[in-house]
Amino acid sequence: MAIIEVKNLHKVYDETSVPVHAVNGIDLKIEEGEFTAIVGPSGSGKTTFLNMLGGLDQPTKGEVIINGTKIHELKSKNLIDFRLQNIGFVFQAYNLIPVLTAKENVAFIMELQKVPKKDRNKRAMELLKSTGIGDKGNYRPGDLSGGQQQRVSVARALASKPKFILADEPTANLDSKSTADLLDMMAEMNKESKITFIFSTHDQRVMDRARRIVTIEDGKISSDKNGINN
Amino acid sequence: MWTIIKIAWRNLWRNKRRTLITTASVFFAVLLALVMRSMQLGSYDNMVKNAVSFYTGYIQVHKAGYWEDKSINETFEFTQYVEDEIKSEPGITSVTPRLESFALASSGNYTKGSAIIGTDPEKEARFTNLDKFVIYGDYLKPGDDGLLVASKLAEYLKVDVGDSLVLFGQGYHGITAAGEYPVRGILDFPNPEMNKQTIYMGLKEAQYYYGAPNMLTSLAIMIHDPDKLQVKVQDLKKKLGKKYEVMDWKEMMPDLLQEIQADNAGGIFMLGILYVIIFFGILGTVMMMSMERKKEFAVMIAVGMRKGKLILMLFFETIIIGLMGVISGVVGGFPINLYFHFNPIRLGGKAAKAIEQFNVEPILPFSMDPQYFYNQGIVVLVMTLLAFLFPLIFIIRFNVIKGMRN
Repeated sequence: MAIIEVKNLHKVYDETSVPVHAVNGIDLKIEEGEFTAIVGPSGSGKTTFLNMLGGLDQPTKGEVIINGTKIHELKSKNLIDFRLQNIGFVFQAYNLIPVLTAKENVAFIMELQKVPKKDRNKRAMELLKSTGIGDKGNYRPGDLSGGQQQRVSVARALASKPKFILADEPTANLDSKSTADLLDMMAEMNKESKITFIFSTHDQRVMDRARRIVTIEDGKISSDKNGINN
Repeated sequence: MWTIIKIAWRNLWRNKRRTLITTASVFFAVLLALVMRSMQLGSYDNMVKNAVSFYTGYIQVHKAGYWEDKSINETFEFTQYVEDEIKSEPGITSVTPRLESFALASSGNYTKGSAIIGTDPEKEARFTNLDKFVIYGDYLKPGDDGLLVASKLAEYLKVDVGDSLVLFGQGYHGITAAGEYPVRGILDFPNPEMNKQTIYMGLKEAQYYYGAPNMLTSLAIMIHDPDKLQVKVQDLKKKLGKKYEVMDWKEMMPDLLQEIQADNAGGIFMLGILYVIIFFGILGTVMMMSMERKKEFAVMIAVGMRKGKLILMLFFETIIIGLMGVISGVVGGFPINLYFHFNPIRLGGKAAKAIEQFNVEPILPFSMDPQYFYNQGIVVLVMTLLAFLFPLIFIIRFNVIKGMRN
């Protein structure tokens, strides 16, 4: 069964009275355990698509079904809870809570899920260890490098035990080594723990590691093919 | 919850300078408001205390209708019942019986209309410190048949201690009141009006002079706690019934009340300006704290934080700023007020003389009324909550996608 199913998805922005079709009829299925890159030029609609996939934006038309739930029909509060329980986010600019330590950032998601303190602290440390920064738990984001922050961001995304992780250009701000290390880590998690990763990216290094590449142009899927790593 | 408070607290210190400046603005506003108002309210208390202890007392009991005419005919009998009822009221510290009316005072070729106050000399001395105003001669002794004459009146009538004064007037229910009395002492009041017309005599002598044995025009009452004035007035009204009128100093001295109210309005206006400064100081900070973190809020909501929790976090941030300012302001203001409460500022020169004319001691004691400290806290917290409306509306209307693009 597909973990994500998108049917005839449209998003029209009615900016300055000239309708802009950011997403123009996308149909897509993503199975559990995929390592998929959504690629496309700037303005192609991939970020808008990803936002609707993550329940951050509402489609103008069509359906987004995640694990059997039509998320576009959920009310705002339920949608937030749905995201908390089902979707992990990794952002281009890491976007950690700057006043919390790495461990607190990871544990915070579990606190929102009402996981007991002892359990969430234990799991936060385990996740930081699994992302290779177990020794940085008490550091605040400002004291970490970009690569280390993105690892914390991945640990945070994994904290809620989500159905899949949406990563919006996760390597855009990283140097080559950090990018390679991060991709190695995520690929390993995908392979060993069957965690589903969906990337939006321009980065050839990410595309090289993806097992499926979906290309979006002018709001439509122009190609959907296996990656070289498949 | 604890994590939300922790994040809020740490967020405040992300921009230490801004938080400190905002807290300092609240601190100084609260400090200034406390000191300014404490001095103002303390001076009112002092004015009232002086005015009531000089003559009227906090409360007076008359025969119903006396105050309107102030006629010798509107007297009441000082019965055991009245005395017992008043004494049974807790919190009453002293009661002075008086019989007051007018008469012509004459000496040789000089005659002048005067206010005659018959009183119990011992009780009056305890009540108003009348004995302290004697500048020549002696104060009245119990059962004394002499008079105490105010200095300007004595000067006009050309009488001195040991001379005689003839009083002539209308007594109770139209009888003629006439008598010749020795002058025992000369009184000098700070109030020029009282100096021109006042004569004190023993209560029994006055009752005899006016032909009104055991009758009084007023019972002046002092109470321990002026804050319970209205309670005492109501209690006495209930106890004494409709035959008597029970009046507080506000009814008896409306001019003083108006003066206080007018001055107080000015103080409240200044306080209002301070509060507005506090409000905009907090609002500015809260606005900046909200606007500059749009992306952060967007991410928090994206990863699963409900808007309610985000609002709670901003609520704590706002309230902590307000509380820090209020608490530090109160802590700073308390010792200042305490010092000046026990060591009042003493006025000198013309200002002192102007105040003394109203029988008010020229000092500015600071009020230590705890209610005022609470009020400060409550008002600033209300200002803080008003300022919090901005982040509240901001988050309710917050759009995650727009925030992400920020």
